Amino acid sequence: MMEFLRRNRTAMLTLAVAVLFLALGVLRGETQIVFRKAVNICMECIGLG
Amino acid sequence: MGKLRDHIRTLVQLLFAALTNGYAAGFAKGSIYKGESKLLCVPGLNCYSCPGALGSCPIGSFQAVITSRTNKFTLYVIGFFLLFGALFGRLVCGWLCPFGLVQDLLHKIPFPKKLRRLPGDRFLKYLKYLILVGFVIVLPLTVLDLVGQGQPWFCKYICPSGTLFAGIPLIASNPPLRAALGWLFTWKSAILVGLLVLSMAVYRPFCRYLCPLGAIYGWFNPIALYRFRIDTAKCTRCGACQRACKLDIPVWETPNSTECIRCGDCRRACPHGAVCTVNPVQKGRKSCT
Repeated sequence: MMEFLRRNRTAMLTLAVAVLFLALGVLRGETQIVFRKAVNICMECIGLG
Repeated sequence: MGKLRDHIRTLVQLLFAALTNGYAAGFAKGSIYKGESKLLCVPGLNCYSCPGALGSCPIGSFQAVITSRTNKFTLYVIGFFLLFGALFGRLVCGWLCPFGLVQDLLHKIPFPKKLRRLPGDRFLKYLKYLILVGFVIVLPLTVLDLVGQGQPWFCKYICPSGTLFAGIPLIASNPPLRAALGWLFTWKSAILVGLLVLSMAVYRPFCRYLCPLGAIYGWFNPIALYRFRIDTAKCTRCGACQRACKLDIPVWETPNSTECIRCGDCRRACPHGAVCTVNPVQKGRKSCT
């Protein structure tokens, strides 16, 4: 286990930051912004403005 | 064996595209999925307005959050970039991106002259970083309308994946949307058609030169859990890996190049078995076996 962490410490650190960011993003209510955008047809994305 | 491995990659690409775009009713009804799975981002460039999409596009979500009234920065979407990047790097581009799959299939079509790279490739490959900074971050944050809201500039003016997987199917199956067609759709369609034709001549032009998501994941290639290394005891620097690489990467020199999409052609081409993946759990192994 220690060898695994040592050999991949940058990836593991990045994964830890990813989990932290995801959790903080959920707490900040960002999921709702993403969800609202995703469940309505994005007129810009489909080229209608 | 090489052909089989190539077919396996195509199969994985097809299965993943089908899995993440499995809302078949959306294509028939000209509508999009509205379920809770859209709280989550998928790894590849996959428009959330594709009728079949079950998840959210990370680049679209990024712009949606930073152009919202409440947030000008997104920890949530950057969390997804870090998560997918640290696990896979640009393996996502090679194996899990639907628009990458389209370009791969188009490149199999015979074309009068196949090019290893576009003229000016040395400079053009930096265009994707400019697009990331300009169209995904700076313009959405700084060009605001009367009520102080920005726009998703990349999605609106560039993204060919949105035109292909969302615009065309929705407009084909939804008459009220057809009535709203204008110059923007013509512009985006022209970008799409240009890239699709170019994909027959050059391997993955969008991924190489324009994709902001590929630009992000590329930074993770050297540190991702899935990464390559060269067995220096076996490598003779013959260049077979670079000749096999459709992106023309000197793999023997830079096995974790930011341009590499992990298709694995170099590993199959190496006559000495000197290109291998780093085994993240195996202790002290220096050679490829």
